[in-house]
Formats: sequence, structure tokens, C-alpha cells
Amino acid sequence: MNEVSISEGEIKTIVKKYHGEKSALISILQDVQREYAFLPKDALSLLSEEMEVPLSKIYEVSTFYNSFSLVPRGKHLIEVCAGTACHVKGGPKIRSRLESELDIVCGETTEDRMFTLEEVRCLGCCSLSPVVKVDGDIHAYLVEDKMPGILENYRKEWRESGEN
Amino acid sequence: MARINSLQDLSKRKEKGMASLFPSKTKVMVGEATCGIATGAGLVYNALAEEIEKQKLDIILSKTGCIGMCYREPLVDVIEPKRPRVTYSNLTPKKVPEFLKQVIEGNIKGKKPYCRIDEDVLIINRETERYCNGELSDDLKAVPRISDIDFYKKQVKIATRNCGYIDPANIDEYIARGGYFSLQKVLSSMQPEEIIEEVIQSGLRGRGGGGFPTGYKWQSCRRAPEEIKYVICNGDEGDPGAYMDRSVMEGDPHSVIEGMIIGAYAIGAHEGYIFVRDEYPLAVDALSLGISQARECGLLGKNILNSGFDFDMKIGKGAGAFVCGESTALMASLEGRAGEPRAKYIHTVEHGLWNRPSNLNNVETWANIPVIIARGAEWFSTIGMEKNAGTKVFSLVGNIRNVGLIEVPMGITLREIISDIGGGIPKGKEFKALQTGGPSGGCIPKEMLDLPVNFDELSKAGSMMGSGGMIVMDETSCMVDVARYFLGFLESESCGKCVPCREGVRRMRGILDDICEGRGREGDVGLLESMSQAIIDGSLCALGGTAPNPVLSTIKSFRDEYDAHIREKRCPAGVCEELI
Repeated sequence: MNEVSISEGEIKTIVKKYHGEKSALISILQDVQREYAFLPKDALSLLSEEMEVPLSKIYEVSTFYNSFSLVPRGKHLIEVCAGTACHVKGGPKIRSRLESELDIVCGETTEDRMFTLEEVRCLGCCSLSPVVKVDGDIHAYLVEDKMPGILENYRKEWRESGEN
Repeated sequence: MARINSLQDLSKRKEKGMASLFPSKTKVMVGEATCGIATGAGLVYNALAEEIEKQKLDIILSKTGCIGMCYREPLVDVIEPKRPRVTYSNLTPKKVPEFLKQVIEGNIKGKKPYCRIDEDVLIINRETERYCNGELSDDLKAVPRISDIDFYKKQVKIATRNCGYIDPANIDEYIARGGYFSLQKVLSSMQPEEIIEEVIQSGLRGRGGGGFPTGYKWQSCRRAPEEIKYVICNGDEGDPGAYMDRSVMEGDPHSVIEGMIIGAYAIGAHEGYIFVRDEYPLAVDALSLGISQARECGLLGKNILNSGFDFDMKIGKGAGAFVCGESTALMASLEGRAGEPRAKYIHTVEHGLWNRPSNLNNVETWANIPVIIARGAEWFSTIGMEKNAGTKVFSLVGNIRNVGLIEVPMGITLREIISDIGGGIPKGKEFKALQTGGPSGGCIPKEMLDLPVNFDELSKAGSMMGSGGMIVMDETSCMVDVARYFLGFLESESCGKCVPCREGVRRMRGILDDICEGRGREGDVGLLESMSQAIIDGSLCALGGTAPNPVLSTIKSFRDEYDAHIREKRCPAGVCEELI
């Protein structure tokens, strides 16, 4: 599943956007990830050649930072906030409920590749805790029993788009 | 956008901004910071826009940042000529048509406003911005003034002075509230050394948590013998439970930009960076727009305000690493490397970013600068308390009634924050602890609530000020579980460079797992304490150096809970599932 066809032109355009500057490696990786939703191996090899940075260095950076993923993610990225306010107000229960509903543990992707569940350090929405971010949207004041409904909405959206 | 070259140009823009802040027709303003949007502010805004369009209403619709009353979001303000500004809370898209009808009719009979603002005395220049003139109708009189609300009474807003008052995307509104006049003042009439002296005299200390005197940092950087220097803004705000800097970056980006330009001029830097964490996309947008506007207006770039001074800045985005809040790790990240801290004896003011002198301050520190320049060091030093001048922004969250963002003078007691501003603990529960300082901080028990809030007192209490997260915990929180939570956090965020931090924190977390899961043994607490000391002694950076704090502070104040877990295999708060 890690095989994904990358566009050489796309990667080169991204590198060019930052004038090939080595210091822009993180921004470049962010742009690549935006394109493919993860960092494909072939893209990293190509970056290494284009930027003249050893692949080991690129690997170091892409495994150091939490927001990079070396494996493909699902259609929707669910990020459970693990901030202190969320922890105090029931965040761990939200996380376990999501894990049991999706039948995966944090860091994994569902078999149908619909959802990837990850933990995020703190979304800075502490006043609305506990919160979960799905793609770009923050869901606030969550309780365990709201979770199946939220997941179902995303599934439904997908089913409906599939029918069209 | 026309270039601003002089005081006259700036004054003209101020007039334009005033016309936008106080238009001659009705204006409806929606609080659209990240937290507002999460509670539906975006949907409310869309519903308002749709209805205004449908009914062809002559109403201006605008956006603003976070005024701090997160417990009431989404918030919508109505500003009408010669009437007080009224704030409505908890608005939903469904209620919009009814709400607009009320606005058009000019009454407050249906949905009652939460509070009103008659006038606002700007902290930066003491000018009064008056919303209403003359007598108020009886029903408006019945709406409490914002300054009379318990949540607001004790607050003094310096760093967050414009949040919730201006549209962050409108530079003229920032100027109308005294913005960029301090920059004009320093570039036209102050020598760099004078500015540094002013900041030293003000007593401002770094608001990122370290509390290092800002003026002295600037001085060291200015004196460093290198041609090229940098100023950097730390907008990484990694502490869980904290979102002060997010609010400032989203709600008032120009206050940070102006502070940095002033700092750059004082230090002799021509390049700057704002490092923002990946989790804050709205802050990145607001700052990017702010920077490009400032550039168009000639407030960034070559020959700023026609003074001959050149300075420009870029945004660096984080990629999700708590340790990058540490200055040397942050600089490594800006250079495109993994964010590993290095030894502190090499000072970043001499050898920082790309090994050049670099002055790094946090968002809140930078946002204070324009006000200090405008009002003077003497005035600033009268706010707060000796050696701890000014205010501090806190995110007051967790199990507290009025959850929100507050800015209070240093020296206020924790009890005042929790009881008066926060309104106490909801659901009739009992207060247990206040967690401050993020993973580097500690838990403060109720016996210590009369402590005055400042850098030194909180450290003495075994916690620390940190960047400003205040998480209130009630009887439903287990303090052993909280300690385990923080160690779990630090375990995965340790960069792995120093063995005591990488291995020690992991082992300590293992011991806490055992205690929480019923495998605790006599002597575990002593073992945790001795391991803590080893980690403190053997780590390069503050992440490791303070990592054991959550454990040590809970052992100190809540030893009985550890004992109950270990000896009786019982979790008094009923959190640790294996012990229930």
C-alpha cells in the first residue's frame, strides 16, 4: 500500500518554490505531504537528489516531527487532542471510544482506509475540551456517546458522494 | 495599500480605521478565532451574511478575534452609532433571523445581550473610544457593563488589548487603536540604546515562561560583535492547556509584528522570523496577511517609515514537536533540521540561528513592547509587583465555571483567579489542584491558593509560571494519573539526545503505570524521587531539566493519593480503571 505513483514534476516544482534551499526542508516536506497525504518513499528519494541532501537526513527530519507520516493515511484524519484540559475533561474516554468504534488503535488506519486515528499534543482549543479534529474541523465539548454519530456523518458523506 | 511615510500618513490611516471601527451604520461583528469557529461562529457568520443579503439589509458584517469569554462562545457584537456596543453570546445559525430582526428594530427585547461596552479607554495612549453618547434606555442600562462582569473586573489587558476589538485582517483598525505609533516614535526620535534602556527599566520579563529580563537579552544581542543578527518570535506554544499566543497571533497579529520591528531596530537586526506551530493554521494565515499588509504599507521592507531602517520577516512553520518551544531546538527547526536542543552555555544572543546573534522572545513579550514604548517604562513598572512588572495572559481551563482567556496584573492571587474571575468549580465539586507551567510545571494544592501569581512565587511552590496554561482540577482528577499523563507526554516528546531524559522519563512512566494499575510497591515513591534528581541533573535542556516536576509536585502535595494507590490498591478519585 506504500506504493504510490509520484509526479516528478510536482516534486521539482515544490523544491523550486523554495529555491532548493536546504533550510526549507521542513516546508518542502509539508508541501509534499499536502500533495500525497503522507510522505511516499519515492518522493523522499527524489527530494534527496534534487536538494542534494542525504536521504538519511531527510529520514531523520521526517521521523522527528509528529506531523509527518511515512505510511498512507485514510481518507479522513482524526486527531484526538491529548492536551491537559482535554485529559482532565474526559479525553482518554473519547480516545478509547474511537478506538473501539473504529477497531484500531491510535496511529492506525481502518481496513477500509476511511479513517486514520492519531493523537495530537494540544490543539489549543482548551476552553472547549475535550476536542477532536477531523480533517480541518474541530468538534467541541465531546462526550463518548457523540462519537458514533460523528463518524457516521463522515461515512454517510462518503457514501453519498460515491452514489453521485 | 498606500505607503505610510510619516506621522501624518499614520494619522490619516488612523482616521480610516476609526471610520471602520465606528461606522455610521450598524455593524455586526462575529468572534472568529479558532475556538469561536469550533463552537459554530463560522456557521453563524454565514447565516448572518446570507440573511443580510436576502433582506438587502444595510448592515456591515465583520470578524474579530477572541475577547476571552470562551465560556460564552460564539459571540456576536452589535455596534450602532451612538449606542453602546452590545455582546450577544451562544448564538446559533437558527437564531440568526430573529436576532437580525431585533437588531433592525433597535431593541433588545428578544435575545438579551450578555454585556455592553459604553466606552473603552485604550491602554496604549489613554484615548477614549466612545461607543455611546448620552442617556441609555432602561433596558440597555439593565445589561451589565463588561467591566462589571466578574470575569472582567480584575483584568488588565496589555498584550491582548485589541483581541475582540479589531478585525485582525484590517491594519487600519489596528492603527486606529494606537498601533504603529510606537514604531513611528522610536524610528523618528529614539536611539537603539534608549529603547533598550526603556525596556530594561520597564522590568518586562520573558512571557514564554523563563522570565528572563527582556531588555538585558536585547542588550546582549545588540552588543554581540556580528554584522548580521536576527530577531525571532516564538509562537510554538507547545504547552498543553495553553492558547494565549494563538489568540494574540490570530486576533492581533500586528501587535507582534510591530513589537518585532521595534526590537529589531533596537538590536540592529534586519531579518526576523516568526515560528508558529503546525497546529495553528489560522494564526499562520493571520500573520501572513499581517506581514504582507505591513510590507505594502512600508512598515516592513526597505526604508521603514522613511527612516532609512530596513527590516523584513518570514514565517517558519513547525511540524509538531513540543521540544521546538525550546529556543535552540526552535532555531534548529528554522534551519530545516531536527529540533534537538544544544547546551545552554553557548548563548543564542551570540550564536543562535545559523550561528549568528539571535534574539528570541515569545509572542506575548513582543505584543507588550508597543505599549511599553508608548506609555513608558515608569508606567509599566507600576503594574503588577516589584520584580514582576506588568500583566500575564493565562488560559483558564479545565473544571472551572468561566473557562477562557484572561490577562491579569502580576501579583493577583490564584484564589482571585479561580473564585472571582473563574467563578469557582462547577457542579458543586471540590477544588483539588491547579496545574500551571505545562509539563514543566506542577500541581498547586488548595493550601497554596493565596500565593501571588508571579515568576518567583510559582517556582517556589514547586510549579512554574510557564507560558500561561492554568488547568483547574477538581475531585474527579487523580493526581497520580495526572503525573503519569505528563510523563507520557514528555516521553514521546523527548528528542532523545540525553539518556537520562530519554530513558529516565520512560522508566518513571513505567513505575507510574504500575502504581495506577495496581502493581505499585513500597519504595516506588522514593525511587521516583531519586530518578527525578538524576534526570534534572543529567539533561541539557529545560524539557528534561523540568520533566520530573509534575511527579515531584504531586508527591509533595498529594502523597496520600500515591499511598492509597500503592498500599490500598485504591484510586480515591475513581480514575484509574484497574483499581475500581
